[in-house]
Amino acid sequence: MAELLTTADGRPLAEALAQAQSKARRRAFLLVVPLLLFVLLSFVLPIGQMLHRSIYHDGFSANAPAIAAWFDANPAGTEPDEAAFAALAEDFKAMQANRTAGEAGTRVNYVLPETRSLFTKTARNADELVPPYRDAFLTVDARWGEADVWGAMRGAASPYTTDFYMAATDYERGPDGNLVRVDENRQIYVYLFIKTFLLSGLITLICLLIGFPVAHLLATLPMAKANLLMILVLLPFWTSLLVRTTSWMALLQGEGVVNDLLVWFGALSEDGRLRMINNQTGTIIVMTHILLPFMILPLYSVMRVIPPSYARAARSLGATSWTTFRRIYLPQTLPGIGAGSLLVFILAVGYYITPALVGGADGQLFSNMIAFHMENSNWSMAAALSAMLLVGVLILYWLYDRLVGIDRLKLG
Amino acid sequence: MKKTLILSTALVGFAAAAQADVTVMSWGGSYGAAQTEGHLKPFTAATGIPTMMVDSENPATPIKAMVEAGNVTVDVASLEYADAIRLCDEGVLETIDVASLPAGADGTPAAEDFLPGAVTDCGVSTDIWATVFAYDTTKFPEGPTTAADFFDLEKFPGKRGLRKGAKAVLEFALMADGVAPADVYATLGTPEGIDRAFAKLDTIKSEVVWWEAGAQAPQILADGEVVMTTAYNGRIFSAQIAEGKPFQIVWDGQIYENEMYVIPKGAPNKDQALEFIKYATSTEGLRQQAQWISYGPARKSALIEPLIFNDGKTEMATHLPTHPDNMKNSLESNWEFWVDRDAELNERFNAWLAAG
Repeated sequence: MAELLTTADGRPLAEALAQAQSKARRRAFLLVVPLLLFVLLSFVLPIGQMLHRSIYHDGFSANAPAIAAWFDANPAGTEPDEAAFAALAEDFKAMQANRTAGEAGTRVNYVLPETRSLFTKTARNADELVPPYRDAFLTVDARWGEADVWGAMRGAASPYTTDFYMAATDYERGPDGNLVRVDENRQIYVYLFIKTFLLSGLITLICLLIGFPVAHLLATLPMAKANLLMILVLLPFWTSLLVRTTSWMALLQGEGVVNDLLVWFGALSEDGRLRMINNQTGTIIVMTHILLPFMILPLYSVMRVIPPSYARAARSLGATSWTTFRRIYLPQTLPGIGAGSLLVFILAVGYYITPALVGGADGQLFSNMIAFHMENSNWSMAAALSAMLLVGVLILYWLYDRLVGIDRLKLG
Repeated sequence: MKKTLILSTALVGFAAAAQADVTVMSWGGSYGAAQTEGHLKPFTAATGIPTMMVDSENPATPIKAMVEAGNVTVDVASLEYADAIRLCDEGVLETIDVASLPAGADGTPAAEDFLPGAVTDCGVSTDIWATVFAYDTTKFPEGPTTAADFFDLEKFPGKRGLRKGAKAVLEFALMADGVAPADVYATLGTPEGIDRAFAKLDTIKSEVVWWEAGAQAPQILADGEVVMTTAYNGRIFSAQIAEGKPFQIVWDGQIYENEMYVIPKGAPNKDQALEFIKYATSTEGLRQQAQWISYGPARKSALIEPLIFNDGKTEMATHLPTHPDNMKNSLESNWEFWVDRDAELNERFNAWLAAG
């Protein structure tokens, strides 16, 4: 056994070293505490809240505690008895007093349309809810005898629910309580989800094809010219997103600059004006333009440090220019391609304002549905859709890490 | 010391003044301008209480978010009828007692002076507006005259503008398909009726340019992007009269409703806000707004004397949605239907749109 190394005062060296280092580590940690707090408060907490909201909605359960308790005590499938109607009457009287029938009805209405007005109507007639309660309810509205109304209320009686994820994947609860696809003409979210990823992929590819030569030019031109070109790349990047989007509207619309020019040159007839905006084409063109700098900049930063001598060496050893590009230059730009593509793709997947402005009917993306539900005050549904998007992006990120390796990412 | 005192007094005075501002949130464009000219400025002149106008694409959305977050910065908001009732039911708005509203100029108590439905638990009507369609007279001198013509691509070729959303679009499609206004909501309540509305929309789908903000509709019509478009009637009126655009409104198949002033719960200056609403929805207040945009006052006493536009010559009567000639084939928007079916029908509408 080797003698344990000790310091001058006899303590084991490893222990003394750990103590000295822990002090430095504590100091370093204190330095990053503000950042950690900032990230926690402005990022982790809101996202956590958002995720929580997608499975939590107490609009019904908080405002109708008595009937919620009855649902707890009686298993699914129990016929609502007089006690159930009595509990419901108690809740409705409270809802009328606190003006919360709309809130409770909204929650149930998410699952079963037309229940919201049933709730507000019943609350307005809360004074008429006297024993025998069942008959009193049926007098106010015959729908209180229907099983699907009670089924929907049972689902809403617990604040934790998967209803929003169900709706976000185009499912609903069938008459006997199991999952069924919604009518074909109402299915939208899955279709848009896939379409959003495909369109984002296409936009990333176009950005790469256009951005690669530009970045190469930037990296190889003499400084003075490269700077000028750089400004041309960055200028639109510094311009407001809305300004750029609206200028594209002026350029691309039916009576816009591009169409006018094409008609003037005789390339198009007056009736044959191209539809380049307010549709999917518009979304692709404008998003490609807006996201292009995010592709060029990482590519440029990688290309700038590739020594030209490698390519020269390959040529002098007899490689054709194509082989040199494919086997020598391209592999060295991979970290830039990876970073640029990941940036553009992730930004594109969450893009909202551009498709909203120039997407028309068929150029809408998944985030536009999130915005739609935010506007209609259905925050839980918006949260469920956002969570789906988040998971989609995380899966892609994980795939990228497995295939390319995140440590090879070079952002600049 | 004295200097500090003056400074702090000045600051306190400033803070108090800033607090007493009545902030009104409305829809911007020519409509927001009409409310600013007709309500905000005269109210400040009469009472000395400063007012401020802020714009929103739809004030109902931020109001709900503000109340939920407990940080309300708006005192008065201008909401669509269905939203005013929905948010009232959800406890987001302050209640307003109809008895506290001023009597009509002719002495009729407010409860009788307002048209039916113009005062609800939480809101008071500021005007009656309509969704109509308008066309460019330079493109069609013998223009379309009925809702059915809007869907007739053979007789009137060219692109159409429609508001992107199910509300008012589905009703319009059914009326164009020959459904009587009285039967529209009953028809739309059945799956066959919904299919029928979408089938009618399918006939022009490839030619539709969708608009969202109210100001976009006259814009795309003026740009020649479309040959006819649905629009809020006041926006077309402003383009027609104030800007001299060659537009013509077709009233057949119009869908009208009340616009409501409401007070969000927790409004910082609730009392002044109520004063503002009392002033703005008085006979005189309603008439003042109607001098700036062609939305009709919802008080009988405001309709007795003829209304003149602010150019001093245009008679407003025939431009209002409530004029008898304009109401021959018209529909009052059914708020209860939309509060119930909004989510479901918009889902179907979005799916229909995205299907390309």
